[in-house]
Amino acid sequence: MIDTYVIPLIKILFVLNATLIGVTYMVLLERKVIAWVQVRLGPMRVGPHGILQPIADAVKLILKEDITPTRADKWVFTAAPIIVMVPALITFAVIPFGPTVHMFGRDIPLYITDVNVGLLYIVSVASIGVYGIILGGWASNSKFPLLASLRASAQLISYEVAVTMTLVSLIMTAGSLSMVKIVESQYNANLWFIFVQPVAFVLFFIGGLAETNRAPFDMAEAEQELTGGFHTEYSGMRFALFFLAEYANMIVVSAVATTLFLGGWLAPFPNVDWLNFLGVVPGWIWFLLKTFVFLYVFLWVRATLPRYRYDQLMRLGWKVLIPVAIANVIATGIVKVLL
Amino acid sequence: MGHAIAFYVISAFVLGFAMLVITTKNTVHAVLFLVLNFLAVAALYVLLTAQFLAVIQVLVYAGGIVVLYLFVVMLVNLKRQPEDHSSPQRRPWLGFALSAVVLAQLGAILVWGGYGTPADPHTMQNSDLAVNNVERIGMLLYTDYLIPFEVASMLLLVAMVGAIILAKREL
Repeated sequence: MIDTYVIPLIKILFVLNATLIGVTYMVLLERKVIAWVQVRLGPMRVGPHGILQPIADAVKLILKEDITPTRADKWVFTAAPIIVMVPALITFAVIPFGPTVHMFGRDIPLYITDVNVGLLYIVSVASIGVYGIILGGWASNSKFPLLASLRASAQLISYEVAVTMTLVSLIMTAGSLSMVKIVESQYNANLWFIFVQPVAFVLFFIGGLAETNRAPFDMAEAEQELTGGFHTEYSGMRFALFFLAEYANMIVVSAVATTLFLGGWLAPFPNVDWLNFLGVVPGWIWFLLKTFVFLYVFLWVRATLPRYRYDQLMRLGWKVLIPVAIANVIATGIVKVLL
Repeated sequence: MGHAIAFYVISAFVLGFAMLVITTKNTVHAVLFLVLNFLAVAALYVLLTAQFLAVIQVLVYAGGIVVLYLFVVMLVNLKRQPEDHSSPQRRPWLGFALSAVVLAQLGAILVWGGYGTPADPHTMQNSDLAVNNVERIGMLLYTDYLIPFEVASMLLLVAMVGAIILAKREL
C-alpha cells in the first residue's frame, strides 16, 4: 500500500513543485546571466540582488487581465497553453535523479518510475507539445501568431527527426531504452557516453536548442518579424504558461542530456580508484550540478549567438543534422559488430 | 477488478472521442478529438502491457501523422458548407450495408476467432513479455516477421519517392 501509492505520490508532488520553482528561478537566472554578459546588473529591486523577482512576476501575471480575442476559438485558445505545459511536466516521471537510497528504513529509488521504454516515452510525450504551439497560433485568429506557429511547428517536426535519429545511436551503445539502465551501462562501461558518442552529443545539443525554441533557433518568437510569435494574443497567466513550459522543456532537455551523455547521477570517472573521494557527494547532487551546467550553456548560447535565418535553420536540420545522425547510426552499428 | 473498470472507462473514452471526430462540424476540432482518441487507444495498449506499442502509437500517430493532418486542415479552406443531403450521388443504404458487413465480420471474429481465455493481468505485469517488451518485439521483427517488416519499409520508401515526384514536377 505505502510502496505502491503513498511514496510515488509524495515523489510526484515533490518533483512537480521542485520543477515549478526551478522554472521560475530559471527566468531570473536567465535575466541575470544575460545582464552580466552585457555588463548590466539585471533585476536588483525586489529583494537582495532581485532574488524575489520571480515571485513578483508571478503575482503580476496572475493579477493581469486575461484577454481572449474576439472571434478566437475559445476552447482551443484556453487548451493550447495547457497542452504545452503538461507534456513538459510529465516527462519528469522517468528521469532518474539518483540511485536507490536507504531512507526512513526503506529503499527508495530517486526516480518516480523506470519503464523499459523510458527514452521513447520522453520523445513521444515531447512530440505532443507541438500541438499547443500550433493551436495557440491558430486559435488566436490573428495572422502573426498563425505564421509563427506554422514556422515553429515545421521547425519542431524537422528537428524531432534529427534528435530521434541521434538517440538511436545512443540506444545502440547503451543497449536499453530504460533511463536507469542507460546510466547503469555507463557505470559498467567505466565511461560517460559523451566520450563514446561525441557526435551524437553535439547533434543532441543542437537539436535540443531547436526543440525548445531557444536562441539561436528561436524562430517562433522572432520579435522583429512576428511581433512576439505564436503567443502574441495571450496575456496574463496563459502567456506565463507558454513561457514556463519553454523553461521546463529546457530543464527536461538538460536532464535527459545529463542522463544519456554525462552519466546521470554517477560521479566523474566512477571506477577510477584515486577519484573515489568524489563518491562522498550524493548522486542527486552530481545530477543537479550537471543539469545546471547544461542550463547555463543554454543561457550562454542565447546571450552570445545571433538568430539563424529561417531557410538556414531548415537547411541545417535537413541537410546537415539528419544525414550526420544517420551516418552516426551506421558507424555505431559497424563498430558494434566489429568489436 | 480494477483492471476491468479501467478497460471499460478507457474504451468508453475511445468510442466517445471517435463519435466526436465524425460528428463535429469544425474540422480542426475533429482532428483534435482524433488525437485524444489515439491517446486513449495508447492507454488501452498500456493496459495490455504492450508499452512499446503504446509509446509508438503516441509518437507516430498522435505526435506525427495527425500534426500533418492539422497542417492540411488549417491551410486548406474548409469553411464551405457540407453539400445537400438529397444529392443523387449519396446512397445512405450502401454505407449502412457496408458497415453491417464489417460489424458481422467483427462479431464472427469474436465468436469463432478461437481466442482462449485472456491472461490474468496480474501475472502479465511481471511476465517476461512485460519486462522485456522492446527486446521481444525487436527479436520477433527481425526473425519470424523479417520479410513482412522489410516489405513494409520498402512500401514506405516507394510512397515517399512517389510523393516527392508528384510534388516536384522538375527534378
